[in-house]
Amino acid sequence: MNISEMLSFGFMQRALVGGSLIAILCSVLGVFLVLRRLSLIGDGLSHVTFGSVALALLFRLHSFYMTLAIIPLVLASSFGILKLAQRARIYGDAAIGIVSALGVATGVMLASMAGGFNIDLFSYLFGNILSISSSELAIAAVLFVIVISGVAVFYNDLFASTFDEELAKTSGIDTDRINAILVLLTALTVVLAMKVVGIMLISALLILPAVSALQLSKGFRTAIVSSAVIGVCTVVVGISVSFVMNLPTGATIVLINFITFICAFTARTLLRHR
Amino acid sequence: MSGAALAIRNLRAGYHGSEALRDVTFSVNRGDYLGICGPNGSGKSTLVKVILGLVAPQAGEISLLGTPRESFKEWRRIGYLPQGLQFFNPHFPATVDEVIRLGRLSGKSFPRRFAREDTEAVERTMDWMGIGDIRGRMIGELSGGLRQRVLLARALVNEPELLVLDEPTTALDPETRESFYKLIYEMNRERGTTVLLVTHDTATIGKYATHLLYLDKTVIFCGDFDDFCNSREMTGLFGEHGQHLVCHRH
Repeated sequence: MNISEMLSFGFMQRALVGGSLIAILCSVLGVFLVLRRLSLIGDGLSHVTFGSVALALLFRLHSFYMTLAIIPLVLASSFGILKLAQRARIYGDAAIGIVSALGVATGVMLASMAGGFNIDLFSYLFGNILSISSSELAIAAVLFVIVISGVAVFYNDLFASTFDEELAKTSGIDTDRINAILVLLTALTVVLAMKVVGIMLISALLILPAVSALQLSKGFRTAIVSSAVIGVCTVVVGISVSFVMNLPTGATIVLINFITFICAFTARTLLRHR
Repeated sequence: MSGAALAIRNLRAGYHGSEALRDVTFSVNRGDYLGICGPNGSGKSTLVKVILGLVAPQAGEISLLGTPRESFKEWRRIGYLPQGLQFFNPHFPATVDEVIRLGRLSGKSFPRRFAREDTEAVERTMDWMGIGDIRGRMIGELSGGLRQRVLLARALVNEPELLVLDEPTTALDPETRESFYKLIYEMNRERGTTVLLVTHDTATIGKYATHLLYLDKTVIFCGDFDDFCNSREMTGLFGEHGQHLVCHRH
């Protein structure tokens, strides 16, 4: 099958556009999260998404309404992580662990009440970007604009807080507010990424393009741009390969990302020893 | 109180129930170079954090450049250099000029955007500090001394009226430390920048600073070095040899 034939399918066009938008969000936010050692927040929020999906399925909501319904739940959970870390005198990783476990436990409980796991829940666990509908693509586009505008507006504040929070505070930056914005933008992105790689693999889409870009970047802006480019390329190649070879899309994207990381790491090692 | 660069009255501060500072009162005139010394746990760093708004005081009044601390917003008038970065990641992908430019954010309001004058200020500061040739280097690739120099450039990029340094030379070798002290000395004498320098290095500070604040949870001494040298009370506290070392009039 050639490229033009592949691109002639409407579902492929939607998958490639939607996948690319979501890949940009994940990879850009990923750089901030990785450098702030908050990489696993994506994992925690995706587990919350699992609980929220189970709840939405219990009420027999599907795709478009499902995405709309779980956004407030995941946003609330992201606030929960922040407040737990600030108020309960526990570290951020422990707060992520608590909210993450709560999300999975709620999901399993609700799935059991609904009569066990079903095909729908599995499609959310492992993603199915090829089935993205026009309305879901519209939600993805709207959230893309919201998240990318948020990053653009707060770019320098995010950069300063990521470099050193104490120094950022002495520059008059409200770092608690910036942290909250970063976590909220991540929560929105996680909801979208669920469709691409699935709940189980979301953290890979947040972490891998960022760490690949960090291997070779010579500056903060170039790190952000390279991460976005790597994210889009790996998602586009992953979707295409999975379609041609009839492989699971989410897993293919993650494995291609891992291969990219190995290549970037090798290139960095070779450049350093030259 | 309003004419001073910094005025603190009856300050009390601490963490989680423990008291780090009590009844601290002193003031610093514009153009002064104040060395802040004291034993470990004497509250030096807490004092700096309170001045910079990183720790809330439990009681007392603070006036920064003539404005009460609670309403002070002009952070571009204050430069801060810590001992090192809080959680420094040697792989952080920022270049020297990107890091120095971050210092310009304190003069901006929402949405914080850089303009041509920011680039010019960064260039000017790098040239003045002789680090223009490393502008494109990654911050993590630099030696400890050079990295502190870059962070000092970040603190100076707004040409601040008050420069606060918290043990900036602890991790540096003696040669780099000396050149660092000289640079700060020049800032103070040539540009009239008020300097607050927290240091353990009581034997060196007298060479550069004009005034001394000796802390041990509260103010033990605050004044100029001549007063310190002639104080019988300080002789009793430090012994003649210790007092002579701090005076640095040998």
